[in-house]
Amino acid sequence: MSTDTNTIEQLATQEYKYGFFTDIEAETVPRGLNEDIVRMISAKKNEPEFMLEWRLKAFRHWQTLEEPAWANVHYPQIDFENIIYYSAPKPKKQLNSLDEVDPELLETFNKLGISLDEQKRLTGVAVDAVFDSVSVATTFKDKLAELGIIFCSFSEAVQNHPDLVRKYMGSVVPYTDNFYAALNSAVFSDGSFCYIPPGVRCPMELSTYFRINAVDTGQFERTLLIADEGGYVSYLEGCTAPMRDTNQLHAAVVEIVALDNAQVKYSTVQNWYPGDKEGKGGIYNFVTKRGKCAGVNSKISWTQVETGSAITWKYPGVILQGDNSIGEFYSVAVTNNFQQADTGTKMIHIGKNTRSTIVSKGISAGRGQNSYRGLVRVLKNAEGARNFSQCDSLLIGDRCGAHTFPYIEVRNPSARVEHEASTSKVGEDQIFYCNQRGISTEDAVSMIVNGFCKEVFRELPMEFAVEAQKLLSISLEGSVG
Amino acid sequence: MRTLTKTATDARDRYLDAFRTFEAMQPQNGDGISWLRELRTTASRRFEELGFPTTRDEEWKYTDISPIANLIGSPADAAQVQGLSASDVEPFTLQGLDALRLVFVNGHYAEALSSVGTLPKGVVLSSLAAAIRSDSPVVRSHLAQYASFENHTFVALNTAFFQDGAFLYVPDNTVVETPIQLLFITTSGETATIAHPRNLIVAGANSQVTLVESYVSTGQGTYFNNPVTEVVVNKNATFRHHKVQLESEQAYHIATMQVQQARDCQFASLAVSFGGSIARYDANAVMADQGIECTLNGVYLVAGQQHIDNHTVMDHAQPHCNSHENYAGILDGQARGVFNGKIFVREDAQKTDAKQSNRNLLLSPNAVINTKPQLEIFADDVKCTHGATIGQLDEDAIFYLRARGIDKEEARDMLVHAFASDLLTDIQIEPLRQQLEQELHTRLARNRQIRE
Repeated sequence: MSTDTNTIEQLATQEYKYGFFTDIEAETVPRGLNEDIVRMISAKKNEPEFMLEWRLKAFRHWQTLEEPAWANVHYPQIDFENIIYYSAPKPKKQLNSLDEVDPELLETFNKLGISLDEQKRLTGVAVDAVFDSVSVATTFKDKLAELGIIFCSFSEAVQNHPDLVRKYMGSVVPYTDNFYAALNSAVFSDGSFCYIPPGVRCPMELSTYFRINAVDTGQFERTLLIADEGGYVSYLEGCTAPMRDTNQLHAAVVEIVALDNAQVKYSTVQNWYPGDKEGKGGIYNFVTKRGKCAGVNSKISWTQVETGSAITWKYPGVILQGDNSIGEFYSVAVTNNFQQADTGTKMIHIGKNTRSTIVSKGISAGRGQNSYRGLVRVLKNAEGARNFSQCDSLLIGDRCGAHTFPYIEVRNPSARVEHEASTSKVGEDQIFYCNQRGISTEDAVSMIVNGFCKEVFRELPMEFAVEAQKLLSISLEGSVG
Repeated sequence: MRTLTKTATDARDRYLDAFRTFEAMQPQNGDGISWLRELRTTASRRFEELGFPTTRDEEWKYTDISPIANLIGSPADAAQVQGLSASDVEPFTLQGLDALRLVFVNGHYAEALSSVGTLPKGVVLSSLAAAIRSDSPVVRSHLAQYASFENHTFVALNTAFFQDGAFLYVPDNTVVETPIQLLFITTSGETATIAHPRNLIVAGANSQVTLVESYVSTGQGTYFNNPVTEVVVNKNATFRHHKVQLESEQAYHIATMQVQQARDCQFASLAVSFGGSIARYDANAVMADQGIECTLNGVYLVAGQQHIDNHTVMDHAQPHCNSHENYAGILDGQARGVFNGKIFVREDAQKTDAKQSNRNLLLSPNAVINTKPQLEIFADDVKCTHGATIGQLDEDAIFYLRARGIDKEEARDMLVHAFASDLLTDIQIEPLRQQLEQELHTRLARNRQIRE
């Protein structure tokens, strides 16, 4: 065992690759939270009256709530008065093309490896980059507009498409949903908005890149995706944050609405700063993500690769309201050093013949704690509902933990619900087998872990799958003996 | 402390008043039971702090016990024991065996109905009250050492209020060939009775024991039974445990079993729960040393308005232990079922092999099942699996039977019966197995009639 420990210590010193801080003048509001701040954010964004009202309602509701403590994660109390709720890069002016974007900002994106030009030219991915809460530039907007697809920042949508925002905002995650959703609803700064008109298949992968930059700013972005009848969209979200000692709070809300026969695929790769190897610093990632299959035969699929954040707390769920609708959840969550993850999904079966699949792969290394918490609820009228859940855990090292809390609530006798879970470690015989064939232990573990996650990676769009595998090997580098 | 609603506070205060009365009735002077008085007071104080759980408590999320808290009842007086004759008890016993049997009526030991026959040398089988009176050092060193009332209201209540129960001590290297039955009968008359039976079982090193714990009723009334059983299984002992819960369908039954296991011992338990209006069973096993085999199985069959809740904890505190868990349930009518199985693998409990499965069959559109198979693992070299399924009967299997000339109803019955009797066939006490098979059969037939 001693060799194990040595290697763990040796290699767990992998530094955070994306830890740099861009010195751009930022426009911020004073610390703390009160109605004035909410009004100030709304005024800064020049929002219509209904938005301000909604924010204030959410804020008043938030004040009545207590911070939840049920998750299997431990962290010092968050001082909500000591957070800057809004930070926008200055100068903030109308941008017409990429050339107008602050070159330093572009440099940041280059460091992140998502150079806007590059991506624009080479990959055909339309990126809506959110830099500390404000959407900086949106590529390919015109091309999408030809098809009637609206893909813009949330603030723009509020200005240009208030009817759509009004109709769908809060329809899946109401501001009363939970503590962090209420907080987000009150102070959210920006995010992405996407509308796919009836019968349109979005020809490219849409993508948002989130990055938290300024010190002590909570990032409260809000994403709203609507696929109208027969629409299809695949949406990618990627996240990084520079290395900071104080913990940064990230409380996002993502809402997806799929109408009749529509399909939405939402993929996330999250590699926020996980804190150093003593567990100091890192991002608190408390996110509410939910999709609603509102129409018949609709489908929402979540795929997530969670390798970053000191604490991850998120449960992307699907409300299966339309008959024959499908919900899917594929997840890989990695915790190393002192990272904690409490993640899973909620599948609420309401319509007839609704189906859901859950595949969750948790990998714990170092002193990481990884929990799967999932809910499968079959309501009384969900005739013929079907669920299959599988959650597997892989433990690397003897000081980490893997936990499973599946809740299954069934109220219809025709439902078929299956849950399976297993826990195992990387087998010595497997490593031995690889070693024998000239593969180093590190490579062998990487192979085995990748194999373990294959079912989920398969679901990711091509570009992401490659990135996810790389991220995985970075997060786990050296955690194996 | 959590804020309690008015009714919850009332319920708590009622129990606290009852405790003061109860305490005053206890012998005050000397004779070495001051430790017990202290224990009761501590438990009552803890109960005062805890109050009754609500559905906001994670452990009671799906089970609303407010009818129990609000039940106005009192402990039955000992005189009622006289009402039963040997022939009344007969149907509940393990027939055809030279039984070793302790009978308790409404929580009181009924010596006349019990039969302790000839016991192997050194074995003590008596009422717990008697054992306490005789100041047994075994009782003193083990009682309330395992079933913690720190976080469990009903264990705290039991510890504060228990009057009697069974005490079984099997010395080292002793084999008790005949199964021992602990039979708890409630006569359930006009007024609701409340009983807190307390059992203490200590099996010595290399011993072998088979135990049946039965809870039955002669009437259909409302009453509340709150038994707590502590089992200590010493080194290399083999212990077979059966819990049979056939309470009245108006009854409330909240039971806890806490098992403490020593090196290389084997413990296997089967819990059969058919009765009760609200029934909850916590079966907790602590594997405190290496090389232990532990099995916790259960079968539940409920219908009508019944509510059944099974909670289990497999605590792998040490390496090299194997645990097996298999719960199967059938829910009919408007019945609600709850299963929560926890497996803990503590740090350094390497080479653990833990298996858990919960299968459920919903037979009616109004039946509900909430299941939560839970794993908490802190060691890496372990094999843990759990699974839960909820479904209907296999259509293919029904088709197979119908193709062979068996009508649909009968085919269904056969499959339902097979679903539950899988676990019953493992019972090695023949009369018990037959009795439970019969009970299963009767209940399934009755439920089917109601459905039609």
